[in-house]
Order: sequence, then C-alpha cells, then structure tokens
Amino acid sequence: MPVQDRVITYSDAGVEALREEMRRDDTIVYIGQGIGPRGGNFRQTKGLWKEFGDDRLRDTGICELGATGVAIGAAMAGTRTIVDEVFLDFALEAITQIIQQAANISYMSNGKIKAPVLVRGAMGAVRNAGAHHSHTFYNWFANTPGLKVALPSTPYDVKGLFKTALREPGPVVFIEHKSLYNSKGIVPEEEYLIPFGEARIVREGKDLTIIAMSRMVDLASKAAAALAEQGIAAEVIDPRTIVPLDRKRITNSIKKTGRLVVIDESPSSCGFAAELLAIAAEDCFRDLREAPKRICSLPVPNPFSPVLENQMIPSVDRIVSDVHKMMKN
Amino acid sequence: MTERVAEQIDHQLLLEHYKKMLELRVFEVKVQELYRNGMLPGFVHLYVGEEAVAVGVCSNLEPADLVFSTHRGHGHALAKGVPAGVVLAELWGKVTGSSGGRGGSMHMYAPEYGFMGTNGIVGAPIPLATGGALSAKLRKKGQVVVSFFGEGAVNSGSFHEAVNFGAVWDLPVVYVCENNLYATEMAFSRATKNTSVASRGDAYCLPGVEVDGQDVMAVHEAAKQAIHRARKGGGPTLIECKTYRFVGHHEGDPGTDYRTRDEVQQWKQRDPLKCSRKLLLDSGVDEKELQAVDQEVESLIDQAVEFAQGSSEPLPGSVNDHVF
Repeated sequence: MPVQDRVITYSDAGVEALREEMRRDDTIVYIGQGIGPRGGNFRQTKGLWKEFGDDRLRDTGICELGATGVAIGAAMAGTRTIVDEVFLDFALEAITQIIQQAANISYMSNGKIKAPVLVRGAMGAVRNAGAHHSHTFYNWFANTPGLKVALPSTPYDVKGLFKTALREPGPVVFIEHKSLYNSKGIVPEEEYLIPFGEARIVREGKDLTIIAMSRMVDLASKAAAALAEQGIAAEVIDPRTIVPLDRKRITNSIKKTGRLVVIDESPSSCGFAAELLAIAAEDCFRDLREAPKRICSLPVPNPFSPVLENQMIPSVDRIVSDVHKMMKN
Repeated sequence: MTERVAEQIDHQLLLEHYKKMLELRVFEVKVQELYRNGMLPGFVHLYVGEEAVAVGVCSNLEPADLVFSTHRGHGHALAKGVPAGVVLAELWGKVTGSSGGRGGSMHMYAPEYGFMGTNGIVGAPIPLATGGALSAKLRKKGQVVVSFFGEGAVNSGSFHEAVNFGAVWDLPVVYVCENNLYATEMAFSRATKNTSVASRGDAYCLPGVEVDGQDVMAVHEAAKQAIHRARKGGGPTLIECKTYRFVGHHEGDPGTDYRTRDEVQQWKQRDPLKCSRKLLLDSGVDEKELQAVDQEVESLIDQAVEFAQGSSEPLPGSVNDHVF
C-alpha cells in the first residue's frame, strides 16, 4: 500500500525521479560537474552514481560550454541527456549551445532531429552568495522558441515535473531553487507525472489572484495566510511550467477575482511578471477592477550584504503591504 | 607536398574522388550563378577550392556514420551523400529541401544520410560532434563521427573543451580542420602564435596529423587511418588539412582585401580538380572517359536545379510547425 504522507526533501524528490527514469530508460545519461561519486553540490544526484556508474553519471571538469554542447550533440544522435550546470548562473558559459543549437534544432531540421536534453540548474538567492551565484533569469529561456521551462516549487512538483521532463521529445530547462533544496513536503513513493502546462491552485480565494513562481510561491502562500486573517481571500497560483503556460487557469482566476498581483524574484523590467500582466490586459481587460501589480526584486545585482539582499528581494511583508494598498482602492 | 607518381595511384579510387569533387565544384559554381542572379535568398559560403577535404574524408565513411559540418558546408553534405537537388532546394527555401526550407545554407540537416547539419556558429558543432560520438560509443553502434571545422574555430573555447572531452573519454570522433588560412578576413598567423593546428593534438594527448588538403588521395589515406582507429575504440585524431578557398568568405566578398591576387593564383595552381585530372590523364585514363564523367556531373547538377526550381514554397500557415 502506497505511503501517501511520506515527507522527503526537494533534492531527494529530484533524486527519486531521476532514479525511476534512469531505470525505466537506459539511454539516459547525466553529465555535469561533481554529479558522480560526490552526489552533486546540492546533493541533487545523491546515490545515483553507485547504481548507474561512470558511463551514465559522467563527471566533467569545469567546462559548461563543452559539457552542454556534448550533451546536446548526444541528444541529437539518440541519447537522452541531462546536463547539470549546477548553478543556473553557469549556464551563461553554455548559453550559445542552449539557445542557438538545442532550442533551434527541431525547427531548423524540419522536425527531423530532436534534442531530448534536460538542462538543469539551480537559481536564486540563498545565504548571501553574491551577484555571481544568485541569478534568476528563467524568463530569458522562456523568451526563446523551442525551449520548455519548468520551475518546481515543492518536492511533489520536483518529482512529477522531472519525470515529465525526461519524456519530452525536445529540450527542457529545469530550474530548481537553491534555497528550496532542503525544504520538505509530501511525495508519494509511487510513480506519478505532472503534465507540463498545468498550473497549480495553491490556495483558493475570491478577492485577488497572486501568481508566483519557484521560491516566491512559499512567500505568496505565507502572505495569503496573513491576508486571510485580515479578511482578504487571496487565490495563489503556481504556473509550475512557464513554457508551456496554463493561460486558461490563470485567466479564469483573474476573471474571477478582478485583481492580479505577480511575485517574481527577477527584476520587473521585461520579465515574466510583465508577461503575466500583459496576458491579464489581453484576456481579462474588462474583468480587472484594479491595475495589476508586480512585486519583483529590485533591479540591482544581488548584493552580498544580508541587509541589502533582503531589501532587494520580495518579502512577505512587502506582499501584504502592497496587497493592502490595492484593496483599499 | 610530394609529387604523386601516376603509377602508384589507385586509379579507380581517384576517378571516383574526381567525380565527387567535380559534383561539389559544379554545384557551388551553379549556386554562385543563381545567387548572383538574385534567385536564392539569404547568403552562402562556397566550398570552391576545398573539395579534396570533404571528398577525401567522407569517402571513408559508412552511411550510418555522422558528419557535423560548418557554415561552409554544402560540400560536406554532398560528400556524405545528400542528393544535390535536396541541398539546392534547401538553399532555395523550398519544401523539398533537406530542412523543408526552414534552415537554409547554414542550418541544413539530413540525418537520413548521417548528415547532422551545417552550422551558423563557428566552433559550436565541435562539442555537438563530440556528443554524437559519446552517443555512438554508449549505443555501441560502431558509428564514427567526423567533426569538420575551419582554422578559425581552433582559437575558440568550443574547440578546446570539445577536443578535451573527445580525448579524455576516448570517443570515436575524427576532428578535421580545414585550414584555409583565413577566418573570414583574419589571417591565422595574426590570430595565433601556434599556426600548426596538428601540433595542438599534443595538448590533448591525441595524434595530430598534417596533410595536404589539395591532395585528395593524401586526405583519403589520413582519414582512413583516423576513422579506422576511432572505429576500433582507439579514440580521436586531429587532422589538419592545408587548403584554400578560391572564392571570398561569403558570396559577395571578393576575398582580395586581405589576400593578394598572387597568393590566390598560386593556390589555384593546386586546384584539387586540376591536379587529380592531370594525374588521371598521366596515368593513362582516356580523355574521353573523363569528358563523359564531366558531362554526367553537369547533367546531375542541371537536374538538381530543375528539381529545386520546380519545387514548391512552404505554405505560410506551416510557420509554427516543428518548434518543439
């Protein structure tokens, strides 16, 4: 009988998904720095090398450009690959391969060549890592035709989305959040998949819609709980994948509540929050009761100082305060 | 370059090489004409002068072997067996092209012939080819992968990182550098202190071989050994083919702002087609036999033009197809 209430970490949920999929599909090969015997900088491949060995868990030097190109080339030739950039920041070393080669290959080849490669990276601010290790530029990938982009916010979603990502015909950019790796949640032991393009209603409410991604989902939930005590019923939505995007569930909620707030760890200008506001304007214009609001990180590089970084990134207090301003109108 | 002695040549093989090289040459000259007449969209980089490299290498490959090519890749596609009509239709943006008109000169793919693409990004195909070789090794299909690139790619990080992977993982890949001395307009000797690409093999503990890229038999022999070695699990080889493009970097570039006319003329003396034709005649092949080959190739390219020109444009409504 399945243990429905088993609680494991976000990183272990990823390991479990990988183990299941690597057992199911013996063509899957995992490439990256420190992902072999070490089990990953974030313990994100813990124990896999012991089971699958050097052939399928391929440790590399520090050379993301080459490793990513090799992973894409192998995928083009019929081997499903995962390339772990470890920190999403380091994907910048390999960005030409991801954007120019992986994203374009299906189209450029008229659908004859697919590149089933999963580009994995962990984003976001954690423990004051400073400007080089804290970026959240997931919106850049979402702006590139040919890439699918997953942003799991819970251990449950990590497992279900990872397994779906490893059955996609083409490239997926799978972005976890560094500060979530040790978070815990209920993850069924049995197999399940979460379809791409299916948003999760984290909390139902009638007064406003809050959309948040990745770590911001937790902040949005906490803010919604605080607002509920003050008589404001916020509906919280996590898109889970931003490409493809569950436009229907998002717009249904906005039409219901008439108010939209987006919480985004990226800066607001040209970001994914702006995309969601544009969708609200296009699809829900007559239903909006207030101007939609973006609550984003300030447009500065991640500062090292804890005081400054906390000032930069959205907080529960900021969300609650901004929602109050909106509800007063 | 050592002068070849007619008596020591495998005439049949040389004749086959000659015919294939001529196909590449006549194809490119036709593309040049069509392009200059405003018939073809986009822009093209022609392979004229370098035919001995593609033909010498690819004549050793099996259909299932893979080739990853460059921005100057029409010759590689033809040498790997992609029909001329299919390549030309792609240059014309037609549905019968290798990418259905979605790719063009620098993004044409024909995996059904083991042709894994030209590429618009210098250096980028080298890691891709290395990955193809990783797949071949893991899938145990006995495939060999050839990675073509120009000397303009060897100062890029892509080259270094990819060749390092190929070497450390003993992958079945042959790295073939077409050293035509100029990266667009930049002379190799101005771009690097070490102008011997072959010598860079030492840096990765793999054999580096320098070969006369105008001598199709020499290229064939060097590639044969490297491909055999790769197929037997012996790992990669780096082959540097000294060659030259007789035309500009792209069609429209006269190619004389950064090269002297004397230099171009000197290299044209070593035209791989002229050299191999002379060698065939010297060794007793009948002029008429060669003329028949010439006519056959001309006719093949004429048919390719007819096929490509007569093919349909893509339907505008298909623009969203194949993104994912």
